[in-house]
Amino acid sequence: MTTLFFDEMHDADANTRPHYGPFETWARGLSPGVMARKRAEADLAFRRLGITFAVYGEEAGTERLIPFDTIPRIIPNAEWKTLRAGLKQRVKALNMFLDDIYNGQDILRAGRIPADEVLNNAQFRPEMKGFKVPNGIYAHIAGVDVVRAGAGEFYVLEDNLRVPSGVSYMLENRKMMMRLFPELFAHQKIAPVEHYPDLLLETLRAVAPAGVDDPTVVVMTPGAFNSAYFEHSFLAQQMGVELVEGRDLFIDHDAVYMRTTRGPKRVDVIYRRIDDDFLDPQAFRADSMLGVPGLLKAYRAGRVTLCNAIGTGVADDKSIYPYVGEMVRFYLGEEPILNNVPTWRCREKDDLRYVLDHLSELVVKEVHGAGGYGMLVGPAASRAEIEQFRAVLVAHPDKYIAQPTLALSTCPTYVDSGVAPRHIDLRPFVLSGKEVSLVPGGLTRVALREGSLVVNSSQGGGTKDTWVLENGHAEPHR
Amino acid sequence: MLSRTADHLYWMARYSERAENLARLLDVTYQMSLVPHDPETERNSWNAIIALNSLEHAYSKRHDEVSASQVLHFMVRDETHPSSIYSCLRAARENAHAVRGTLTAEMWETINETWLQLRDQSFDEIYAGGIAAFFDWVKQRASLLRGAMFGTMLRDEAFEFIRLGALLERADNTARILDVKYHSLPGAQQSQTDDLVDATDFYHWGALLRSVSAFEVYRKVYRDVITPERVAELLILREDLPRALHSCMEGVVEILDKIRNSRSDETVRRAGQLFATLRYGRMDDIFARGLHAWLDDFINSIGDLGGRISEDFLVGA
Repeated sequence: MTTLFFDEMHDADANTRPHYGPFETWARGLSPGVMARKRAEADLAFRRLGITFAVYGEEAGTERLIPFDTIPRIIPNAEWKTLRAGLKQRVKALNMFLDDIYNGQDILRAGRIPADEVLNNAQFRPEMKGFKVPNGIYAHIAGVDVVRAGAGEFYVLEDNLRVPSGVSYMLENRKMMMRLFPELFAHQKIAPVEHYPDLLLETLRAVAPAGVDDPTVVVMTPGAFNSAYFEHSFLAQQMGVELVEGRDLFIDHDAVYMRTTRGPKRVDVIYRRIDDDFLDPQAFRADSMLGVPGLLKAYRAGRVTLCNAIGTGVADDKSIYPYVGEMVRFYLGEEPILNNVPTWRCREKDDLRYVLDHLSELVVKEVHGAGGYGMLVGPAASRAEIEQFRAVLVAHPDKYIAQPTLALSTCPTYVDSGVAPRHIDLRPFVLSGKEVSLVPGGLTRVALREGSLVVNSSQGGGTKDTWVLENGHAEPHR
Repeated sequence: MLSRTADHLYWMARYSERAENLARLLDVTYQMSLVPHDPETERNSWNAIIALNSLEHAYSKRHDEVSASQVLHFMVRDETHPSSIYSCLRAARENAHAVRGTLTAEMWETINETWLQLRDQSFDEIYAGGIAAFFDWVKQRASLLRGAMFGTMLRDEAFEFIRLGALLERADNTARILDVKYHSLPGAQQSQTDDLVDATDFYHWGALLRSVSAFEVYRKVYRDVITPERVAELLILREDLPRALHSCMEGVVEILDKIRNSRSDETVRRAGQLFATLRYGRMDDIFARGLHAWLDDFINSIGDLGGRISEDFLVGA
């Protein structure tokens, strides 16, 4: 079997790659029907545990399971080391960039990034100018989307620096695999991920306002009907902190308090899972029922830390993405370890001309979009869809960028007809507090439809457990 | 703890307790209806279920006449009726969902699974499967939740607010169940009765005891025939019977003392006062007031406490 795509388990000659050897030997030894039974068991457990996500646009409160695939995505240790170094480097540079543009703007004055691209970006928040956040960290939690393409090299697709989600699935997927197949873990050294909540709490505590020795940390959610509510609740529980909504908080003399059964209690660090626009009806969207009036003022007064900071969206915007390599060189004096995907900026005349001439080969994305709703995947689109998008593009070129369609790597996955290769990506979660840290692996998402490159759960994607092997090679399975 | 969290826990407990007690009440009413009766008496006993919960208006909007299957549908599976077992278990689950991180995994899974199982059954399926089996299932699920709670939960404020909701609801529900006889009498007789007419109605009082799982308890305590006075005494004044008003209020007072804050003094005082009437009260005095009138006062006092608890603890500063 040869495929056009890099497959994580098999090489071009259909031989099993060494790091998948023990898994494949084990899977071959299973009696028929076992896998199907285990898969049903996983579904039942996920439903009973209520590990679901809400689907927008469907009946309010509709909860759906994200399909879980029992074939893990395995990353050899050496590859992970490179990835980890690249991710740390990248997130460090992104945080330095944010600190810079909201303060000295050295990089703009040095002409390394066009000032108007940053300052006129809708995600740039003038409210953040001229005040220092603790440790100079803006993106405390980053969910960097990484894909493998071509002959197997890694590319960063997106730096999610606002409110990235999915880490609870990473943790629950691991728990599920250990429950279903404990023997796999007994015979291989698979790096643990269970300490993520501890790392997260450590990160959040490390960025408390100056002078607070024992900070009170809370997780802030838009509420039980948000698509990621399960995760908000899960993380609060795992860290042992309160899960608050905007209405649970109030501001008094620029300090934030939560309403408790014993009266008001001071809050120092808010891990907010709610977008900038909704945080404070006095400062941003006045119609927001989810926020806390006066929160921005308390934040600017240095009385509370928001994680992530307000205004991080300017650094993960698709129009700024092409410059991340430049940030690494400018702030760290290093060459970027991870590749960026070549990107055409449609606001540039030459780029636009190229894009319009090659629409059927390219992926065109909205610069302020997220979640896979407003994009064109050229090779998968009909002629009518392409023409429709062409008109939009000509009318609003500055709203779009285009990238080559990446031949995303595949991983064997259970589908109706048996096991077949499906495209995957990887979202590792990078934490920045006192230092930059991450647990080995991340969330692997898989596009379950044949040929599909869209892995978003809102578009029918599933997930897999992600294994980083502790040694370069695994012990043979006995 | 967060006031909103306490509020969700409290209502989660109230709704699941209410669902359980409804199942208990409907179960005995259904069992009773199987004993030969004239149609008038049977209709009255189903009417009492409606009247007891002050649901006359809601019922008449949906049904023209009172019959066993219609009342059962209304009280068990009517999605549009907020006091049905279905709606109570949905509300319990929604409240739990909002604070699932505060519950132990066992508790959340129990509540969630109860809801998922109920959601998938139509009334016809429930009825065909045997309504008695369904009521047993509701009671079992409630026991399972209680077991998971007592077996796994940290004894913190969250635990106390769940207990508080459950005890307050149970006190209210037991009082209403005791009052069912009054409500099964035709209106004209209600004003004349001394509450205990038809004292020989062994089946009625026996069924009532069974509804709170206290039939055998009665035998053990009194070793004598069943009389309405003793049933009332058992369910009002016993401190050692978990569904008796005395026992419920003892728990409420103890919890309020643990969770008291700067606003709750008056609530603590009123709860203590109500508890004292049970702790030091005598059946003679209750009957002198009239059982129905006394129960009515008690239910109002519980309502008052519920409102005050919301104000003091659950709404927030």
